[in-house]
Amino acid sequence: MDIQEYFRLVFSDYTLRTITLGTAILGAVCGMLGSFAVLRKQSLLGDAISHAALPGIAIAFLITGAKDSNTLLLGALVSGLVGTFWIRGIVTKTHLKSDTALGLILSLFFGFGMLLLTFIQKQPNANQAGLDKYLFGQAATLVESDVWLMATVTGVCLIVLLLFWKEFKILLFDADYTKTLGFNTKFIDILITTFIVLAIVLGLQTVGVVLMSAMLLAPAAAARQWTNSLSTMVILAAVFGAFSGVFGTAISASQNNLSTGPVIVLVAAVFVLFSFVFSPSRGVLFKQIRFIKNRRDLELHKTLAFMYNIAETHDNISHPHTIKILNNFQGFTRGTLQKLVDKNYVTLDGNMWSLTEEGFKTASNLYNQQNKSDE
Amino acid sequence: MNNAQIEIQLIASLVAIACAIPGTFLVLRKMAMISDAISHSILPGIVVGFFITQDLNSPLLILLAAFTGIITVVLVEYIQKTGLVKEDTAIGLVFPALFSIGVILIAKNANDVHLDVDAVLLGELAFAPFDRLMVSGIDIGPKSLWIIGSILLITVCLLFAFFKELKLSTFDKGLAASLGFSPVILHYGLMSVASVTTVGAFDAVGAILVVALMIAPAATAYLLTTDLKKMLGLAILFGVFSAISGYWVAHWLDASIAGSITTMLGLLFLMVYLFAPSKGVIAVLYREKQQRTEVSLLTFLLHLKNHSELEERHVNHLQEHINWQKVRAKTVLDLAIKNNMITINENIVSLTKKGDEFTSKAIDYIITNEDAQIEDMKDDFFLFRG
Repeated sequence: MDIQEYFRLVFSDYTLRTITLGTAILGAVCGMLGSFAVLRKQSLLGDAISHAALPGIAIAFLITGAKDSNTLLLGALVSGLVGTFWIRGIVTKTHLKSDTALGLILSLFFGFGMLLLTFIQKQPNANQAGLDKYLFGQAATLVESDVWLMATVTGVCLIVLLLFWKEFKILLFDADYTKTLGFNTKFIDILITTFIVLAIVLGLQTVGVVLMSAMLLAPAAAARQWTNSLSTMVILAAVFGAFSGVFGTAISASQNNLSTGPVIVLVAAVFVLFSFVFSPSRGVLFKQIRFIKNRRDLELHKTLAFMYNIAETHDNISHPHTIKILNNFQGFTRGTLQKLVDKNYVTLDGNMWSLTEEGFKTASNLYNQQNKSDE
Repeated sequence: MNNAQIEIQLIASLVAIACAIPGTFLVLRKMAMISDAISHSILPGIVVGFFITQDLNSPLLILLAAFTGIITVVLVEYIQKTGLVKEDTAIGLVFPALFSIGVILIAKNANDVHLDVDAVLLGELAFAPFDRLMVSGIDIGPKSLWIIGSILLITVCLLFAFFKELKLSTFDKGLAASLGFSPVILHYGLMSVASVTTVGAFDAVGAILVVALMIAPAATAYLLTTDLKKMLGLAILFGVFSAISGYWVAHWLDASIAGSITTMLGLLFLMVYLFAPSKGVIAVLYREKQQRTEVSLLTFLLHLKNHSELEERHVNHLQEHINWQKVRAKTVLDLAIKNNMITINENIVSLTKKGDEFTSKAIDYIITNEDAQIEDMKDDFFLFRG
């Protein structure tokens, strides 16, 4: 399938259009709320909650006996919230650490969910097929009403985010200060956590419990590399999330046997990798380049300072010296000498070098500055 | 009980013991989530190993998959070292990516491979006894039993050989390093054991249950004791108990064995979480309430000591003055009387000699903060606690 055909299909084909829209919206809302999760150091909460939602789905099905996706999501939401608050209870009331609490809730709830699912499968109710799609997600089962639900939740979430923006922001960066200002921190905390749980639950049907945490984390982690401002980060994360949704769907639609969820996660992972390497201020590549550049500058300065020390002992600073005496000095190469010549600090005459007026000034200034910073 | 049932319970128990040992150290080292990451990211290793060996139980596959587990740990540490994201984010990024690669590998080769994601994640213990190991034509038991048995044997040997080193590096990394035990080697050794155990056990019980069996028994035991040896013992006990009782629950409900073992672990944890003698939630809440009352009592005694005027010490006055509700005021008064700290004469409260002494000591403690602990003081003076 080539690109033109893909674009034609996105607008004409119902399934592809629904899935593309659905994954795009999901990616956007996950990116938005994921930014908060990442900054609150609750990255793995998403993983725990998505697993903890499973028994809720099974219990909702056991109670209603119907496979209506809204009731199932409600069950998932309740069980996700129970998991979240239990994690908090374990961390605050006992000496178990948060990683243990997360791992406990994750595995215990998931195991209980599996028990219920296998129990349901043995029931004489023919309706149960397809519950396990929540395990790994099946974007293909998205219908228009699901997309509408996602869009509504995203809208509500946007409104709440804008309404409580400054509260969320201040709680994020200085919780104690927020409390002293008289904000109800518990309420704000519960509000943002509830929305994170909501986003996770919405994504279960599309990407499944196992990969949901990556949907939440990856766009936010990628966005974090490009900016230090919260609002920019949230917007960027939403954009990254939406694009991973769209690209992932496109790639998985273009081939047979490619489930959408894993492809979306891999696309998001590529975004993260790209950001880690190429982000101008934090990226590994530019950091390395800056590191090398700094080292070169330092060597250049060292050579210059060495020359300055020699030149200082003579009345005439431009008194020529042989290059040979530089050879004992570590960090000296032909290259650095040539660079000094290019910068007009040094002039070369055969095997002799001499400092210029400018070079002498720079070197003495270099020395003074070093002295100053030492003080 | 027939033969297969005994074998299943034996396998489940061995898995529980093999998981509980590295699990205890993971919980103590605050690395519990690493086991979750490993259990997911071994998937691509298993798939590639399966392409090569065509046998889910071959030792080569186990080594390959365990190697993927180590790669996960290395990747997480590398990402963390760049300082771009925190450790938990690094974990959350690495394992879904590796897991996705595994899922896609399986999906692309779905026709040639007899392996599906459900089986890896959830496992099926009930089928374990059917895959038997034959040595020169003689049936010597299920393959998984031998695999997990040998892993357990290695783990136990390593535990006995390096117990002292592990203990030291778990509780005091700096001291361990200065005494010459390389923390890096111990760290990766533990990670390797955790990876191998995860891979060896996933086939029988599934990747998620492996996580549960590693973390839950250790966490439960940690609520009951602070002694490493006791904690290991308790974790093993809890693991084996849940394995066997979980099997019978599954038998009774006709549901997944892995699921019901996890559920039993969950119930066990819930019980201990609520009722553990000193660290359970109820004990903690009770202690908090007790301390609240005792602090109130102390405030009250200080008030009495500071005021000799009769009207300040009238019973009715206290209520409005220290702004306590009636019930609370009564609790505090009763406690004080029971402990012989005060006497009430015609509704006038006055300190007894003992109460006076206690209050002076308490003030001393509060001001200088260097005398004996307030808890010891309470033990000396209180006949009844709040």
